Amino acid sequence: MPQRSTQGTKKSENDLVQFHNVSFSLPGTQIISDLNLTVEQGETLVLLGESGCGKTTTLKLVNRLLTPTSGEVLVEGKPTTSWDPIALRRRIGYVIQEGGLFPHFTIARNVGLVPALSGWEQARTRERVRELLTLVGLDPNRFAERYPRELSGGQRQRVGVARALAADPPLLLLDEPFGALDPLTRASLQREFADLTKRLGKTAILVTHDVREALTLGNRIGLMHKGQLVLLEPPDQFLASGNPQARAYIETLEVAGGNR
Amino acid sequence: MSFWQFLQLNWSELLLLVRQHIVLVFIAILVAVIIGVPTGIALTRYRALRGPVLGLANVMQTIPSLALFGFLIPLPFIGGIGSRTALVALVLYSLLPIIRNTVTGILGVEPSVREAAVAMGMTDGQVLRQVELPLAMGVIVTGIRVATVIAVGVTTIAAAVGAGGLGVYIFRGLRQYDNNLLLAGALSAALLALAADFFLGLVERRFSFEAKRSRSATWKVASVAGAAGVLLLILGGFALWRSGAGPGSSAQARVVIGSKDFTESALLAEILAQMLETRGVSVERRFELGGNLPHEALVGGTLDLYPEYTGTSFTAILHHAPISDPRAVYEQVKQEYANKFKVEVSQPLGFENTFAILVRGEEARRLNLKTISDAAPQAPRWRAGFGQDFMSRADGYPGFSRAYGLKFAEVREMDLSLTYIALSSRQVDLIAGNSTEGRIATLDLVQLIDDRHYFPPYEAVYLVRQDSLARVPALQAVLSKLANGISTEEMRRLNYEIDGNKRDPKEVVKQWIAGKTW
Repeated sequence: MPQRSTQGTKKSENDLVQFHNVSFSLPGTQIISDLNLTVEQGETLVLLGESGCGKTTTLKLVNRLLTPTSGEVLVEGKPTTSWDPIALRRRIGYVIQEGGLFPHFTIARNVGLVPALSGWEQARTRERVRELLTLVGLDPNRFAERYPRELSGGQRQRVGVARALAADPPLLLLDEPFGALDPLTRASLQREFADLTKRLGKTAILVTHDVREALTLGNRIGLMHKGQLVLLEPPDQFLASGNPQARAYIETLEVAGGNR
Repeated sequence: MSFWQFLQLNWSELLLLVRQHIVLVFIAILVAVIIGVPTGIALTRYRALRGPVLGLANVMQTIPSLALFGFLIPLPFIGGIGSRTALVALVLYSLLPIIRNTVTGILGVEPSVREAAVAMGMTDGQVLRQVELPLAMGVIVTGIRVATVIAVGVTTIAAAVGAGGLGVYIFRGLRQYDNNLLLAGALSAALLALAADFFLGLVERRFSFEAKRSRSATWKVASVAGAAGVLLLILGGFALWRSGAGPGSSAQARVVIGSKDFTESALLAEILAQMLETRGVSVERRFELGGNLPHEALVGGTLDLYPEYTGTSFTAILHHAPISDPRAVYEQVKQEYANKFKVEVSQPLGFENTFAILVRGEEARRLNLKTISDAAPQAPRWRAGFGQDFMSRADGYPGFSRAYGLKFAEVREMDLSLTYIALSSRQVDLIAGNSTEGRIATLDLVQLIDDRHYFPPYEAVYLVRQDSLARVPALQAVLSKLANGISTEEMRRLNYEIDGNKRDPKEVVKQWIAGKTW
């Protein structure tokens, strides 16, 4: 480990995602300014911030739903603009709020989507779907042939995670995946997710506005404010930080804690 | 005759018209879907095109259908008379709902679902085929359903350009004041529209995924779509094959005969058709064409010939002021048609069908009316009823009322065939009918003499393209046989057989030809 951090070239090979001086703007608005960030193999990086701070945009720059106005985003050492966007996206799992499931597909077809797009054989896809549904705690026999609207919010979110994992991508992007759930369901899904990424050794970038979620799931927490990364620390150092934005978040935590 | 008897007698013809109607609607909707859905998809990709294209489709739909037919007739390739023109108009009418619903349906797909699809690594085509189209299909089918129901209605007007369909019965029923014809045509069209609405409603429910809970729903969607597609192809192919076997396949011995949209014109056309057929010439009948259509089609080459009246050619087509010398009118028409249109005017058939100024017989006898001048003093107390044609043409009402100094208490514009009934039932007191109308005698109407010779002579003739005469020698023989071959009384009787006795025109003509000793 120690020699890895001293050798720059080797380090960047192990860094799955790198942002180099990335800015993104729409006509009249600067969304992201001069963002520098590396995501290491196997870690879960949480981007924390209020609505409109640019955290979701940061996520979309990774799988090239957006491309930087200036600077570059490297995935596996290659700029996203040099990737074939289709190939890039099929290597990156994507989970959004409410799962973003296709309402006209069965659960099995939703989960098996990327394998099917990648041309897997049907039997292999079917087997993979059963495996994944079991992994996220849904009984394949009960759920495979149902439609998304027949499931609860928590169940849909599990399906969303299963779909993102289907083709075994090295990287997961999650945009407020647990935001729409009731507190109990959210807590248990967060625990299961943390176990899952650790067990599967997945790298993940997760976006949230919930500081508790950030502390629970993140190996490192990146705090974003008005399009800039103002802090990037592991949870314990985040809690000890003197940064005013970070303090504001920590105070909400203490108020909640005091009430308990 | 009761409606039931009518149906029993005309069952096979009605079925034929229904089939024509369905085929027209079907092909039109098929083409509109093939054009409209991809256009709608393109509009979701190229936002800048959306306003102009939807605007254009919108304008298309606001053009009255008869006017649209009128625009299309002189155009090459897509125009002319017959089902092609009708199909072009129907397609233009059907495009708007289909394009608009395709756009609305696709844009209505939840943005998060679309984004998820892109983020999963779907190509644009895959997003379209696997996500956007299936989710929009319910809305798109609704558009097709609306377009179909509209098309069933508009197709009734297609009969005016000789495309057939149930409009044939409706137009004929209006002209002959025959409720059975009207009812058969209108009722069938209404039932067709309801049936189309119902079945497409079923298809629509199939396609709107929200409503179904079945396990293999996607497969079902695919199979319904597949079956529908196959059916479309079979029917479309059949229709194309049929139309391919139609006009133009053996141009040599084939003659296309047109007629105007009233009984006498169709009768004269039928007479010529049957006489040609007995001489081994194959004939295509394009009867009952509205307005100026026969002339346009003749000049454009879609028709080989149609029956016309010299006065009509002289005033309405050649735009001369009316004159009263029959010989002079005939000679001038003959010469100008040859020069301008390369069209030959046949020898007069022997009768005139001029405007007949008619009053009730009892009124004529009571007031001792013989001429139009006799009736002029009565006009301020009278209501007059005139057909649309008479009201608008150069030799019609404006000049007529001026020539005789007539000022009626009221002038009503109505369908020509209704004016006879209106007169005999005292709704109006004076009408301008046709001098060969069969009902003049049966309704006890009296024709007032045109003592100031206002109306130009309307001698019946056939107008024949010169190249057709050269191509089909039998034409000349038949035309010379018919020269001076039909008297006014005969024509009146023939008209009455059809309008009064509701007999089949083909039978009436056949009998008439058989009774002739040429």
